[in-house]
Amino acid sequence: MERPGPWQFFTHDEAAAIEAIVDRLIPRDELSVGGKDAGCADFIDRQLRGPFGDSRQLYMRPPFAKGMPEQGPQSPLVSAQRYRAGLAVLDACCKQNFSSKNFVSLVPAEQDEILQRMEVGRVPDAESQQAFFELLLQNTMEGFFADPIYGGNRDMVAWKMIGFPGVRYDFRDHVEKHNVKYPLPPVGLMGRADWTLQR
Amino acid sequence: MPTKLRRTDVVVIGLGWSGAILANELTDEGLDVVALERGPWRDTARDLSINFVPDELRYGIRLDLVLRPAQQTFTVRNNAGQTALPMREFGSFHPGNGVGGAGVHWAGITWRFSPADFRLRSHLSERYGAAAIPADMTIQDWGTSYQEMEPYYDRFEYLAGISGRAGNLRGMLQDGGNSFEGARQRDYPNPPLKLTYGPKLFADTARSMGYRPFPIPSALLSRPYINPLGVAMGECTFCGFCTNYGCANYSKASAQTTVLPVLMLKPNFKVRTECEVLRINLDKAGTTATGVTYVDSSGQEWEQPADLVIVCAFMLDNVRLLLLSGIGRPFDFRTGEGQVGRNFSYQTQNSAQGFFDNKRFNFNPFIGGGATGMAIDELNNDNFDHGPLGFFGGGSTRCAPIGAAPILTRPIPPGTPRWGAGWKKATVDNYLSAISVGCESSSYSNRNNFLDLDPTYTDRLGRPLMRITFDFPENDLRMSQYVTGKVAEIVRNMGASQIVARPRTGHWSVVPYQSTHTVGGAIMGADPSSSVVNKYLQAWDVANLFVVGASAFPQNSGFNPTGTVGALAFKAADAIRNLYLKAPGPLVRT
Repeated sequence: MERPGPWQFFTHDEAAAIEAIVDRLIPRDELSVGGKDAGCADFIDRQLRGPFGDSRQLYMRPPFAKGMPEQGPQSPLVSAQRYRAGLAVLDACCKQNFSSKNFVSLVPAEQDEILQRMEVGRVPDAESQQAFFELLLQNTMEGFFADPIYGGNRDMVAWKMIGFPGVRYDFRDHVEKHNVKYPLPPVGLMGRADWTLQR
Repeated sequence: MPTKLRRTDVVVIGLGWSGAILANELTDEGLDVVALERGPWRDTARDLSINFVPDELRYGIRLDLVLRPAQQTFTVRNNAGQTALPMREFGSFHPGNGVGGAGVHWAGITWRFSPADFRLRSHLSERYGAAAIPADMTIQDWGTSYQEMEPYYDRFEYLAGISGRAGNLRGMLQDGGNSFEGARQRDYPNPPLKLTYGPKLFADTARSMGYRPFPIPSALLSRPYINPLGVAMGECTFCGFCTNYGCANYSKASAQTTVLPVLMLKPNFKVRTECEVLRINLDKAGTTATGVTYVDSSGQEWEQPADLVIVCAFMLDNVRLLLLSGIGRPFDFRTGEGQVGRNFSYQTQNSAQGFFDNKRFNFNPFIGGGATGMAIDELNNDNFDHGPLGFFGGGSTRCAPIGAAPILTRPIPPGTPRWGAGWKKATVDNYLSAISVGCESSSYSNRNNFLDLDPTYTDRLGRPLMRITFDFPENDLRMSQYVTGKVAEIVRNMGASQIVARPRTGHWSVVPYQSTHTVGGAIMGADPSSSVVNKYLQAWDVANLFVVGASAFPQNSGFNPTGTVGALAFKAADAIRNLYLKAPGPLVRT
């Protein structure tokens, strides 16, 4: 599949790992393409190069302390640093548990096992890897369901899958059609793929 | 050294709902008004264009219209024994930023508080005995009454073009409206919005159970409208990008869509954006404000002298500015003495979610807006007998689908995996056929919940952050259990195959979004020993200083606050125009 450009943040190996991860979080099946073909890795890559990646809009002044869960995230690392560190730990963890293989070369069942262990904190560096898993899951879902202008949700695949008609912005003619399926396909901020030249 | 500017009659701090209303009223009076706004200029055509505004990632997730924590945030803790830490990103609430304030991205639900709310302590004492009120519950009367508030609610509702149906017209109960509301002098300016399937099913079910459902009073317009200032607004299109978004249709009431088109043309009004007020300046005696000092976006400091200073910032920033300026006596939780910072309250969010058979139910949940739907009020405030229940308060119960942009809204039943094939199937199965009924409930002030200045963390300008010490009081958690049980019964009767009741439990967490309905800290009252402002929103200690906003609420009702914030703005403006300017000085003698 054609890629919109070279990776903006990830190294080659990091990108391969992310593509494999998003393909397990959102696997290809009869309902949709997988996270990789939906563009979730491209989405995350671009996000990490922008204001999300450097956390420039967040409060990042010291002192940093752990605090209670109710006090919210307190990491001194910006999002991009959390990805770089989290992927390195994941890589080491895979190699240690699966005879020197990295995440990409594991079979899907093994990949799922590692991700499940990250999710519940049964990996080395449990607390930060668990937080990294939450970040990964959140960003993957963002990419899958956000407007396609951000590089994910390619061809509005996620919106078609669930029946979300996108940014139509005027539903007045359907408000009182109760329990009646909305008939029109989705549109995004840039219109619809079939309104412009096909790739 | 700040550069001193020419004196003006009035300086308004913050150009949101309150600031815009005050500025418009006082310029009508012929005064020269300067508004200082810490955020950017925003208007509909340029900043809230249909070309880019329905963008969930930008507005719903990255919170593009919300204050940046890098500019300013708050520190939080659940009790005074903990060390407060900064909210490094906003979750629980979303303060506004820029012209229009949080009124740009609000949902638009526009209530009047009930008559009993304004004399809550007296009302509960009369009905249940003073001894029934727990010792740590610091609820108070407002020092004003519903009757005094009514004309100002009316002004705000007509300014904003509220769509709704009266329940009590001059004492006569009206079919189809909220029978618990206080008497109103006239109906809403616009009829209720049309209903999607979910709210219709909710209302029919509630009615069959003996409840009296009515349309949610909404700042989303049901038809084109020209308000009393001559500003034209459009009809809501149910676009589903409402809460956290600006409106491109001119159909959600905000300062932009109701006041600014008139205010901005006035020669005696100026706004300076990206100008953050550092402090309110006082004379040597500390009893008169001489103006404010602010910093512009280049870092240059300015002193703006003024005869009247009106604080209309986000409520937490109102309180913080008083503390940073040394105005009033800071609340000391150890002794219970002092006023500024006491009675900080929030809103207690409860809900019940229903998962329905997707072969029989399709709610088209993406069709909606922040305030489109139906409500019941039987479970709110003191509308039911609390005698045997062991708690006070309640909430407005409503089915109001705000839209279903799918990064945030893709309900799956508890126990479903959060990723993988099982997650995907459940998401597809439930997206169109799940619906929630919320119960936006009261938050009664407690002596353990308060605001003060943080001893450690500072903003980009080196000033202490506001420290929030808050947890849900036992009273409110008991209330949550009770009302959510009732709400879940309604959802069951709507035909849900699975019901998930979500009463508020445990400690307050800053992580999940709840509401931006933080209140108190500079509360109004009849007695300067237990309040910061009098019933005209005038500071007790500084007669030419008015502090306007939800900071004045002594506790929170089971209603969204903006209708009351708008009414308080008109109340303060009326007091300045008709009382203060005729005889400058304290408007209430003690």
